[in-house]
Amino acid sequence: MSNERALSVRGFQKAYGDVVAVSGISFEVRRGEIFGLLGPNGAGKTTTLECLEGIRRADAGELSILGVDPGRQPRRLRSLIGVQLQTSGLPANMTVREAMRFFSAYHGTDPRYDLLDRMGLQEKLSTQYEQLSTGQQRRLNLALAVAHRPPVTFLDEPTAGLDVGSRAELHHLVQELRDEGSTIILATHDMAEAEKMTDRVAILLRGKIVASGSPRELTATGSGLTKVSVRTEHSLLHEAGAAIPAVQQRVVQEEYVIYFSTDPGQTVASILARIDAESDKLIDLRVERPSLEERFLEITNAGGAR
Amino acid sequence: MRAFVNHFTFEFRTGLRNANQLLMNYLFPLGFYAMMGLVMTQINPLFQATMIPAMIVFAAMATGLLGLPSPLVESREAGIYRSYKINGVPASSILAIPTLTTVFHNVIVSAIIAITAGPIFGAAAPQQWGTFALLTLLTAFTHAALGALIGVVSANTRATVLLSQIIFVPSCILGGMMMPSDLLPESVQRFSALLPPTHSMQAFLGLAYGQETVLDPVAAVLILLTSGLLAFGLAIYLFNWDRQNNVRRGHPLLALLALVPYVFGMFIA
Repeated sequence: MSNERALSVRGFQKAYGDVVAVSGISFEVRRGEIFGLLGPNGAGKTTTLECLEGIRRADAGELSILGVDPGRQPRRLRSLIGVQLQTSGLPANMTVREAMRFFSAYHGTDPRYDLLDRMGLQEKLSTQYEQLSTGQQRRLNLALAVAHRPPVTFLDEPTAGLDVGSRAELHHLVQELRDEGSTIILATHDMAEAEKMTDRVAILLRGKIVASGSPRELTATGSGLTKVSVRTEHSLLHEAGAAIPAVQQRVVQEEYVIYFSTDPGQTVASILARIDAESDKLIDLRVERPSLEERFLEITNAGGAR
Repeated sequence: MRAFVNHFTFEFRTGLRNANQLLMNYLFPLGFYAMMGLVMTQINPLFQATMIPAMIVFAAMATGLLGLPSPLVESREAGIYRSYKINGVPASSILAIPTLTTVFHNVIVSAIIAITAGPIFGAAAPQQWGTFALLTLLTAFTHAALGALIGVVSANTRATVLLSQIIFVPSCILGGMMMPSDLLPESVQRFSALLPPTHSMQAFLGLAYGQETVLDPVAAVLILLTSGLLAFGLAIYLFNWDRQNNVRRGHPLLALLALVPYVFGMFIA
């Protein structure tokens, strides 16, 4: 990843009549980065993407993709971006081969059948779009989005509705694209996906960015409580007993006792000492940092999102 | 050029692959032609004199007014145009290519009718084949352009059907295809001048068949041409990439401008 800017948004605003969709947001994405745009429904993710993709015009603010204003230079923008839309976007009767030829021709590039091979669609060249499975449709859309080798690619909920295998396959393909130098903007509801795939994220809420940073930074700036789950042979920890240091909250959940700690090292040492002192036997101990999903819920609940 | 050829080839194939489009482009007009040839020529032998142009105008209405608008609306509703816009497909191609392929399908159907109607049903052949061919193209273009305009301004597929039928149904009865226009009462003749097929029929009969006509056939050609160009220009002007796009260049009622030449035609009738 380089420090060079691939995309920048400054004071971007967009309203539909009286409804403000996006209210003066700013962020930057560096070249070679996978940047996640997260937020509940109606947060302004799609509006932001659509203005960056040149589908809509911003009411105010500056948008730039590699120095090109999407609203004012749509032709120059076309070769710079690839877009995988969340919904179909292809005619039902179009075959995989026709789709590749069709869009490549409009981009003025040669069809990338190698990409279709890589996406596992080599056997489906003559299959019509409506006859492909959801996973195959998503892979075709991704292949079409990147066939003209755009430096910036927008992926809108790329794995929504996919099974576990197809999801993993698509994640792998996106990582490969990043490794080849593409900058990727990923809009998703899936926090596990964002945590796994992205270098940095911005969380949108009611048209404003309420948090941004790497998933690790975001989870670290939350309540800061680490979850320590313990299971012992005789369940002696189920009795409250003496206080465990640094623990803010203690919950018994079936065979586990879960401690929410501000200092997991101290808490674990104390738990182990108590197990030893009470001649119990440790069966399982897990230390989990707060996930991005938990942090996301914390942020959105604090902001009153539904 | 490569983009145009690919797009045209795809749209042309879709006209054959898609069951609804196949029905409107070929099965319905050719089925109706066969039925009229078998029944109408027995009931009314005079029909043979106008059968070829009548069936060609009917085919233009079926492909242009009934067949073309719905796929345009469905594609817009499915977000296909949004995807096209992102990938640099111009609005003019999105409308021009389906209009062109519709004309192409219509020319094929017209050729089948023109070649077979004489030997099979005893239909009268045109006196001026060159003029006949040009009028076939003009009729196909005007109806396809009106169909494209209907597709662009329709809010949904139900509205498309309604708008198409507003022209299609009265045209079938009053357009001079089923019965000669001169048999209609004068007031109805004047009203029928509001319908594009009336002008097509008058142009065919006057210029390609050398028959007496109710309207000036040259004026009919000019009216058809002006209306076709206006309809196509307005379709491009009013084109909307997707149904959620609330930025329009003009109000959909501007589409009514495409009918102005027919209003003019009504006054000179």
